[in-house]
Amino acid sequence: MPIVILALRSVANRKATAGLVVFAIGLSVALLLGVERVRTEARASFANTISGTDLVVGARSGALPLLLYSVFRIGNATNNISWKSYRTIARSPGIAWTIPFSLGDSHRGFRVLGTDLGYFEHYRYGRRNRLAFAAGGPFDDVFDAVLGAEVAATLGYRTGDPIVVSHGLGAQGISDHADKPFRVAGILARTGTPVDRTVHVSLEGIEAIHVDWRHGAPIPGLAVSAEAVRGMDLTPKTITAFLVGLESRLAVFGLQRRINEYRAEPLLAILPGVALQELWDLMGTAEAALSAISVFVVATGLLCMMATMLAGLGERRREMAILRSVGARPAHVFGLLIAEALALTVAGIAVGLGIFYAALAIAQPVVSASYGLYLPVAPPTSREFLFLALVVVAGAVSGAIPAWRAYTQSLADGMTART
Amino acid sequence: MIRLADIRFRWRSRDPPVLDIPELVVDRGETLFVKGPSGGGKTTLLNLLGGVVEPEAGTVTILGTEIAGLRGGARDAFRADHIGFVFQMFNLVPYLPLIDNVLLPCRFSARRRERAGARPEIEARRLLAHMGLDAERLAGRPVSRLSQGEQQRVAAARALIGTPELVIADEPTSALDEDVRQAFLSLLMEEVDKAGATLVFVSHDARLEPAFGRSLALAEINRATPER
Repeated sequence: MPIVILALRSVANRKATAGLVVFAIGLSVALLLGVERVRTEARASFANTISGTDLVVGARSGALPLLLYSVFRIGNATNNISWKSYRTIARSPGIAWTIPFSLGDSHRGFRVLGTDLGYFEHYRYGRRNRLAFAAGGPFDDVFDAVLGAEVAATLGYRTGDPIVVSHGLGAQGISDHADKPFRVAGILARTGTPVDRTVHVSLEGIEAIHVDWRHGAPIPGLAVSAEAVRGMDLTPKTITAFLVGLESRLAVFGLQRRINEYRAEPLLAILPGVALQELWDLMGTAEAALSAISVFVVATGLLCMMATMLAGLGERRREMAILRSVGARPAHVFGLLIAEALALTVAGIAVGLGIFYAALAIAQPVVSASYGLYLPVAPPTSREFLFLALVVVAGAVSGAIPAWRAYTQSLADGMTART
Repeated sequence: MIRLADIRFRWRSRDPPVLDIPELVVDRGETLFVKGPSGGGKTTLLNLLGGVVEPEAGTVTILGTEIAGLRGGARDAFRADHIGFVFQMFNLVPYLPLIDNVLLPCRFSARRRERAGARPEIEARRLLAHMGLDAERLAGRPVSRLSQGEQQRVAAARALIGTPELVIADEPTSALDEDVRQAFLSLLMEEVDKAGATLVFVSHDARLEPAFGRSLALAEINRATPER
């Protein structure tokens, strides 16, 4: 016990160096915790992006591009699926529901997704959560739109507001569908998935704004008004992809094979869980590298502590000799240095937690808005506690080297170090 | 009190012996002045008496205990219980407050703590006051900011707290000015006398000799002739 008090006093007495060491360890611990939390939350949010869907079907390309553009709404489809093929497959036996996706337009940087009412009924994310409305309801009219939570929050929309859809994914104003504005019919509750960043309209709405367009540009001299378009047949000719829910999951591989061998056009059906895992594995290397870096940074922090302690030993010989003269054993001297290392490490962890939570509180809204990644400001998880415990152990081990030096030094010096 | 018999000591086996003392006896309550030049084996003698080093041959008996026969930890405990030390300079742990520096032996020895009374802090203050130091006034100051004379007096208070039977002083006055030196010496002698302790005082300064009950030159009892 006396050793612990001595160690605390000794550390407190060297405020400047101790402060720097504590800060260095604190920064490294904050980085370790930050990487760990981002990693875990990214993985969780990733795996939670879509659930309850048995197959994702698109034009034949690769599994990853299909997953990216249909589920994550990143990148573009190279080809479409004909409406006829979609209807044929959708009517196959064993299929509980399908959700068609028509992508390609945007609104102020957010993707516009053409779909049908089945989307609000069957789409699931996380642990089979349904989409819920924060305001309004599903689209009812050709020119109704349902906004993801983040779209509404970022752009400040409320139900009833008009929005203009842009053709393609470029910036607003280059080629707008300004003649046929949409009205916000509903706003979805936050899901933490790409749904939050999507503007949903009906397939008919998508068709309607493209009636007088051909090859990505308005047909000269042919302008169909928003009113006139309502009287036309708005059945789409193509869609981009569709999700499939089966009555029995056992049928999934059979259906997947049938779709992949579909004769009328080349199609690709993927199991979203498998594709998600593949995608995550693809990022696994970067993830591992990030973890490794944060571990090395913690090691650097502790090495910094070790170096400081070793450097200080020379001028502490006299102090050790005094302690020996009043009855301290060499083991006490060893314990003193270990206790100092532990005090520095624990203080570093406390500072690290402070930095981590401050950074988390500041970064949370930004990260959520920019990357759709929700980082909870929650107490450390048991895994994070384990990491911190390992840092404490590593701190004690780093202290053992200067402690051993001090031990042998004090054995040799006895009570008579003159420096 | 102290009996050294047939002591031989060398730092490393290929070095010549530093100490070769057939006999040295110090009686209880005696104040002994050991004079000798620096490097004459004085420091080694103190380390031997303190049980920090073991002799190659011979016995070191203090208070009837043959300390050279004890294990390392037991020697450390014996030193904490029965011996107070004052060194030439830098006697204080720089990061501890004044009072805690005085109380250090009580932290390592239950016996010293018990003998210092129910409230060792009060005993520490009393000793400091006897040494002419006002603990209250100096409390806020780091010990490294005290003058040499003040530091030596704090060290003396520490050596005396919990009334150890033996006080060993190693050139405690050589860093002090002339006027402070005499004052320090008489304060130390007074307190040692009051505590009924035995004092072994090592110095090269023969002017201090008259204050002691007995005096001897290390060279008289040490047959080894260290080179340094």
